[in-house]
Amino acid sequence: MKFSESWLREWVNPDMGTAELMDRLTMAGLEAGGSAPVAIKFSGVVVGEILAVEAHPDAGKLRLCRVADGAGIHAVVCGAANAIAGMKTPYARPGARLGDSGDSACGEREISVAAIHGVQSAGMLCSAAELGMGEDAEGLLVLPEDAPPGADVRDLLALDDHSIELDLTPNRGDCLGMIGIARDVGAMLDLPVAEMEIAEVESRIEDEFPIRISAGRQCPRYLGRVIRDISLDAETPLWMREKLRRGGLRCIDPVVDVTNFVLLELGQPLHAFDLARLQGHIDVRLSRPGEKMTLLDGKVIEFAQDTLVIADATGAVAMAGIMGGMKTAVSEQTADVFLECAAFSPEAIAGRARAVGMRTDASQRYERGVDYKLQRRAMERATGLLLEIAGGKAGPASEALGEIPAIRRVNLDYAAVRRMLGVEVPAAEIKLILTRLGFVPCEENRESLSVEAPSFRYDVAIAADLIEEVARIHGYDKLPLGMGLNRQRMGQAPERQIETGRLRHQLTALGYQEVITYSFIDPGLAASFSAGDAAAVRLQNPISSELSVMRGSLMPGLVQTLRYNVNRQQENLRLFETGLVFAREGDGFRQQAMLGGLIAGARSPKNWSDSGANADFYDARGDLESLFDIGGRGAELRFVAAECAGLHPGQCAAMMLAGETVGHVGALHPALQRKLELPPAFLFETRLDTLGARQAPVAGELSRFPATSRDLAFIVGEEHPAGDIELLVREAAGPLLTSLRVLDVYRGGAVPEGCRSIALGLTWQHPSRTLDDVEVERIIDKTIKALRETFHASLRN
Amino acid sequence: MPDLDELAAEALAAVAGSGDEKALEALRVRYLGRKGLLTAHLKNLGALSADQRPAAGQRINLAKQQLQQAIETRRKALAELALDARLREERIDVTLPGRRRAAGGLHPVTITLDRIARIFQAAGYDAAEGPEIEDEYHNFEALNIPANHPARAMHDTFYIEPGTVLRTHTSPVQVHVMEQGEPPFRMICPGRVYRCDSDLTHTPMFHQVEGLLVDREASMADMKGTIVSFLREFFEEQVEVRFRPSYFPFTEPSAEVDMSCVACGGKGCRICSHSGWLEVMGCGMVHPRVLEMSGVDPVEYNGFAFGLGVERLAMLRYQVGDLRLYFENDVRFLRQFH
Repeated sequence: MKFSESWLREWVNPDMGTAELMDRLTMAGLEAGGSAPVAIKFSGVVVGEILAVEAHPDAGKLRLCRVADGAGIHAVVCGAANAIAGMKTPYARPGARLGDSGDSACGEREISVAAIHGVQSAGMLCSAAELGMGEDAEGLLVLPEDAPPGADVRDLLALDDHSIELDLTPNRGDCLGMIGIARDVGAMLDLPVAEMEIAEVESRIEDEFPIRISAGRQCPRYLGRVIRDISLDAETPLWMREKLRRGGLRCIDPVVDVTNFVLLELGQPLHAFDLARLQGHIDVRLSRPGEKMTLLDGKVIEFAQDTLVIADATGAVAMAGIMGGMKTAVSEQTADVFLECAAFSPEAIAGRARAVGMRTDASQRYERGVDYKLQRRAMERATGLLLEIAGGKAGPASEALGEIPAIRRVNLDYAAVRRMLGVEVPAAEIKLILTRLGFVPCEENRESLSVEAPSFRYDVAIAADLIEEVARIHGYDKLPLGMGLNRQRMGQAPERQIETGRLRHQLTALGYQEVITYSFIDPGLAASFSAGDAAAVRLQNPISSELSVMRGSLMPGLVQTLRYNVNRQQENLRLFETGLVFAREGDGFRQQAMLGGLIAGARSPKNWSDSGANADFYDARGDLESLFDIGGRGAELRFVAAECAGLHPGQCAAMMLAGETVGHVGALHPALQRKLELPPAFLFETRLDTLGARQAPVAGELSRFPATSRDLAFIVGEEHPAGDIELLVREAAGPLLTSLRVLDVYRGGAVPEGCRSIALGLTWQHPSRTLDDVEVERIIDKTIKALRETFHASLRN
Repeated sequence: MPDLDELAAEALAAVAGSGDEKALEALRVRYLGRKGLLTAHLKNLGALSADQRPAAGQRINLAKQQLQQAIETRRKALAELALDARLREERIDVTLPGRRRAAGGLHPVTITLDRIARIFQAAGYDAAEGPEIEDEYHNFEALNIPANHPARAMHDTFYIEPGTVLRTHTSPVQVHVMEQGEPPFRMICPGRVYRCDSDLTHTPMFHQVEGLLVDREASMADMKGTIVSFLREFFEEQVEVRFRPSYFPFTEPSAEVDMSCVACGGKGCRICSHSGWLEVMGCGMVHPRVLEMSGVDPVEYNGFAFGLGVERLAMLRYQVGDLRLYFENDVRFLRQFH
């Protein structure tokens, strides 16, 4: 809502400047988002009366005007087409100063006597744009006929004024009109607000157009009036044009200007139909299935099921409370209008404009609630102004009623105010605040006050709403700072749960940079990392097609991030992200927290002592093991060759914990790598819940006896995974085995084709005695036998 | 058998000329060992007469002692020489750079979330998380935002299907917690939220922390005190804070929280649009209908709630100039946060 400050001051005139007024508005909940002067700075501009207009002797387009300014008669050259004898217009005398209008390179300038094409011009006649009063630079600004020549234009037009922009919250529809803002200002500053007298218009004709309301719940009240013989050519007076301009509205024609003016003044939208184009009667009803209409702006709309419309005998002529129809619009040929002034329930209008991608001044007000008692006053106000400007004869205002809302009565316990605000507000102050805001006290005692909510406050229904009114007018800043709730309370996350922060810190210690990528990704990339399409979760209204499907894996986002960075010459990367991944599951959605990582480029930064070899699968696996070690489960974690969409089928493992797959790790699929023009990369993803689960540690007894170690090298077929061999050895090497390491893997030389040599380092220790060599040899023999029988492994010499 | 004096002189000369500890040990064995040359003199004492023996024994022992001492001295000298040589050899250039992994780091949003969470955890707030695909009831209705409510226009909502949305705020988590637990509640809900909006100052995904306190005697004064303390803790500065009446469907009364600009100290600058104030949070007393819908008796309990944008706070704290940097994930940007 934008409005002229001086207009507000006609209603209520606080003794403070613009900045302070705006601050007070803001601090009372009507956020003053900005202000702008309504004209540029200027001085020495007075009302000039053009006495005569002659052609310029040497320049065809220019004219020479004789201008009276009360002090004398001056010859002024001017290029405006609308200059005409008898006209009053702003005259910048020699010596006048015009401030920077912001749009030209001229900056501040002083008007002087100058020769224009050989003719002396004593000063300048001004357009609206030259005074910074809007964009109209076409012709001279026309001043009222009764403006006294020589009067200061700044004073005459009250140009020491600001347009103030209020960013209103949706609950304050009552402040979408000057009357409401004035009321709030009066309450917050404890100042009287001017009453507005609106005289009833005398009807000079009998004509009425029949009205009926079929949708009474949606339309409590509908007023209509026939006005005949209006002149749309009539000029809207400057005072009204200025108020509209300062309120951010453009001037169109007298009918639109008057309805817009009442909209700004009272917050009541009105609509004028061309009477000649209305058929039969007006019916306020819900739309019929498939009903269509062409809107004023030319858009054809098929009404949604429960749309409230204004219809005549032929069908819908307006989308109630939102926009009129093209067919019945007022045009240059219009002489007779039917003026509508209605109340619609907010529920009937809310969301309807947005649903069809519209937002109008009317819909903005109706969906927040327009005072259902206001229509008669607004109708009289609009009719009176229209007759004054455009002439014509008005018929009587006819009124149809639907269901008038019940008056809301709200009871307020003073104790509740104290409890909610944490401070005592005196009962007398509470009553005064509410009364000033238009609430009507109806019952009171020592403990409480009952009030009736005014018909313009749709947002007040319960005691908390009243407390807010009291608090904001009393002043939020006057409430104390309390910390009365610091009851002692102990607790922390359970020890069996590793906080995600701990895992993050481990990853950063391992050299990983955390990233945060969008949860919605490109469907093509998503499909590359997905086994099937069925579970994909799509957005109905994505920002763009590249961000249209919810990620089913963290890998695409990491790959995308790799790509972004590689394109910026950042190639040695370790990245991770935590977050939800999404899939359809049954009738609902699976939303699983995951941790994902990516490694690309060198294992460690290239260095004088390090060749800078590239990281590979085993770097990723090692990092994962160390992550699971935080919960003491790294040793339990098994890696089993697997296939996973997006990953190299020969370099991919499923991570298994207690027989359950908890994640995958592998190389980015070479086809995908080539397609995306990426260097080799290794990816992993694992469930955050399993990664974060652990047992609280239990301390065991330490053996005081020496450990015995043996290395064992054997040749075994390539087809046997090291993981299987390791499992078998662990079992065969018995319960005293304390450590098993893969020391070496070797191919070639004496090792036959299709085989490899694997060297294991084994350590045993007995908790309560020294192991003797014979025992250890027995265990080793047993192990070798098991390897031979299961994997045909042979011991290497 | 050589003369004792000659032998002693020869031995001392050999010790003095020995080049390393190994040679020195050989000399010790040669002269002082069980079969050593000096030891042999001692063994021969038996052949002398009883009156000659003491004097001869004394001479031999003296020679042995002198030799032992000389060996010991030589041993120390040699050890020192060897150590010196080793130290010389093992000298390295300590100014060469160290062997290391690339440094990792946390995302600034995570760092900010952690700082916020720690402040509230210290005051006894639990952190709760919830789903990001949310039903309309929890995202809107349960927060007193019925269909067609004008406030829904403030939430540009992503839809998965009719009735299912990407949560537009983390408030639904509070609803879940209230539905499932018993008051009092004291919690924060950090997480990702989504709005169908993308321009210079909006990303379609961002992070929020919402807080909720429900207790028997929670007042707006407590809310003010809590938020002022939080902001001062977070910015480690005595910032000025003001509360402006505002509107949220789920709180009544509601307020916007402005903080004195951390960049200019409230004098007015580009960051605060020359107002001296930065809008940092929204808050309010939980609407009785919201409590009621979640099964909390609004007569017995009331409470306050607040919500803040994490990226915004991080921008102010770390002077991040452009919101989009957060999700482009340029590692050169991210590596500035440790």
